[in-house]
Amino acid sequence: MSTESIKPTARQKPGGAVHLMLTCLCDAFYPEVGMAAVRILEHRGYKVAFEANQTCCAQPAFNHGDWAAARKVARATLKVFRDAEVLVTPSGSCAAMIRWGFPQLFRGEPELEEAKALGSRTWELMEFLALHEGLEAWPGKWEGRVVLHKSCHLRELQPHNGSDLLLASIKGLELVGPKTPEQCCGFGGTFTVSFPWTSQEMGGNKLRDLSTTGPDVIASTDMGCVMHLRGMAAKAPGVSPRLCHVAEILAESLAP
Amino acid sequence: MKQSKRVGVVDVEAIGIGKSESSRASVRSASEKKVVSRAMALEAEVENSADLRLEAAARRQHVIDHLDEYLLAAEKSMTDNGIQVHWAADQEEAQQLVVKLCHDAGVKRIAKSKSMVSEEIHLNGALEAAGMEVVETDLGEFVVQLDNDHPSHIVTPIIHKSRKDVAATFAREGISEYNEDPEALTMAARRHLRSVFMSADCGITGANFIVAETGRLVTVSNEGNLRLTSNTPRLHIAMTGIEKIVATEADLALLLKLLARSATGQSLTVYTQFLGGPRASGDPDGPDAMHVILLDNGRTNLLGGRYREMLRCIRCGACLNVCPVYRAVTGHGYGSVYPGPMGAIFSPLLGGEESRRKYAYLPKASSLCGACEEVCPVAIPIPKMLVALREESMRMHMPGPGGTPPWAPWSMLATSPGIWKVALESGRAIGWGPARIAPVAAFQRWLQHHDLPAWPRQSFRSWWKKRDAESDS
Repeated sequence: MSTESIKPTARQKPGGAVHLMLTCLCDAFYPEVGMAAVRILEHRGYKVAFEANQTCCAQPAFNHGDWAAARKVARATLKVFRDAEVLVTPSGSCAAMIRWGFPQLFRGEPELEEAKALGSRTWELMEFLALHEGLEAWPGKWEGRVVLHKSCHLRELQPHNGSDLLLASIKGLELVGPKTPEQCCGFGGTFTVSFPWTSQEMGGNKLRDLSTTGPDVIASTDMGCVMHLRGMAAKAPGVSPRLCHVAEILAESLAP
Repeated sequence: MKQSKRVGVVDVEAIGIGKSESSRASVRSASEKKVVSRAMALEAEVENSADLRLEAAARRQHVIDHLDEYLLAAEKSMTDNGIQVHWAADQEEAQQLVVKLCHDAGVKRIAKSKSMVSEEIHLNGALEAAGMEVVETDLGEFVVQLDNDHPSHIVTPIIHKSRKDVAATFAREGISEYNEDPEALTMAARRHLRSVFMSADCGITGANFIVAETGRLVTVSNEGNLRLTSNTPRLHIAMTGIEKIVATEADLALLLKLLARSATGQSLTVYTQFLGGPRASGDPDGPDAMHVILLDNGRTNLLGGRYREMLRCIRCGACLNVCPVYRAVTGHGYGSVYPGPMGAIFSPLLGGEESRRKYAYLPKASSLCGACEEVCPVAIPIPKMLVALREESMRMHMPGPGGTPPWAPWSMLATSPGIWKVALESGRAIGWGPARIAPVAAFQRWLQHHDLPAWPRQSFRSWWKKRDAESDS
């Protein structure tokens, strides 16, 4: 875990409200991931709340260096989730923006304490299940071979977020490991557009590695990786595994 | 933020694309092996390696935060040991110093062992321009010199070459007949370089550490060339950055434990040399005179500032080995002396204003995956430094890589939930059609190898609304 990031401490009891931070990618393109997150959280007995005024966490501009623009959006994020006791998001990247990025972005600004406080209430979905809930097994059934790509921004959270443990515990699911799990898929937000060739080379290396064990599914903890790898797979015939979010597998594994 | 002021788009891609698939394959397979051997040597073999990294970070940072005191202490201890200490503010001063020391001693031929600081100040060119012959004696650097190439890694300079490449070089240069056997190639280089050591008037080396307490220089190496370079010629010049000071010999034990394991997966390098000064009367060998050049070249600007943690760096190269960008573009793709994550930070920060502008694109050549920070033996928060440099570049209107999106409209959109929702609904209704042909070069290049995500038939928001309404009824 990065020494610079905030660890979540806020807790919620089953029956209590958990706010879903959908992420801009799922808002625009991947409603199924939001639905899966709702299914999972409700299965665990929480009341899911969705704040309709949420947009984006501010990461794209932050990573690109335009912190003035990023701060405007981050302030809106702080405001939207001001009353959320516990915030859960199906994205290591967006959780990392709040817990790792916000303290840098608001350094010397009046919102610093509020930003840190939101960080202490923000959980990545898998981390919430494994570390907040203390789950060691997921009570589902799902037939197939899955290879897990732990998205890089988990490094700025608590990298052992339990996603592998939970997946492996699903009845019928065979979890296989990539050979080079530490390697990034090459998305990196605006990085992929600024350095399309490098990003493509990285994506190719990643897809090759993830595919070697012949998985039915390549699952990630972030839709950024999935969007990038799907986009590449579409232009590179021969890549057959389904690419999706880990939450989708967890939700599908539950009885209908 | 006025985007229009940002002129001079740098296309780092053009540098990366030029490299051959064979050099990328060499780098890829060597890097993969190094990542595994590091993990075995450090995480598997050393108890509490995570704690040791934090301990090493704290001790390095302590020295950096009190560098003024430790540098003076180191100067005094070294002088007491008979070492002549010199200070160089920048590249020009450092070059002139070495040239003068060599001139004064009537040096004609120089044997040189591997030194990234000498690369940083482009020393070889300056010495050759002054009429001296310089021979690199590290096997990798020797090949680099024969090929008129540049090192592509700070520890293993020819990571981009295969043994076939080296065999061809040796055959072309008459070092040996074409032979792909690594052992035969090494023996041929050994035979060739032996005469260089015996005939050189001066040996130039780097230094991995200087111990302030005892005034000893510490070098780590694997080939034995460093011992011959520093001990055989009558003059020894060692150069290093001012940040390479360690407080005590005890600190050294910790850092040596981490350095080789992080760099090459060895528990220790083959040679760890402690140099305590020139030959004393009665010593059987050693140089008559020993000089140490301490280079600043912009390092003092980092003290006490946003990038102070970067000065902890002990140049192990672990961040290069694990970096997916390094693997994709190779060391040469960066276009700077120091490649990889550490190079993306040092290159714009060392050497003054010109470097800042010239290498402003480098901090952006990262997906911010953080694999570098995870393996750094002194726990440098590399991604944090990279985003800080990006922020500074943006404020200073530095040139950036192609495809800088306009952030002002984006921040307007993302702070107006009403418009945000309408925009997403419009996207779903219209699709990508008009956006696909947007005349933005970077985006069009990106589209060649990526498909855009499909717009969903039903959004999460409308699903949620419907569900909410149903549960209310």
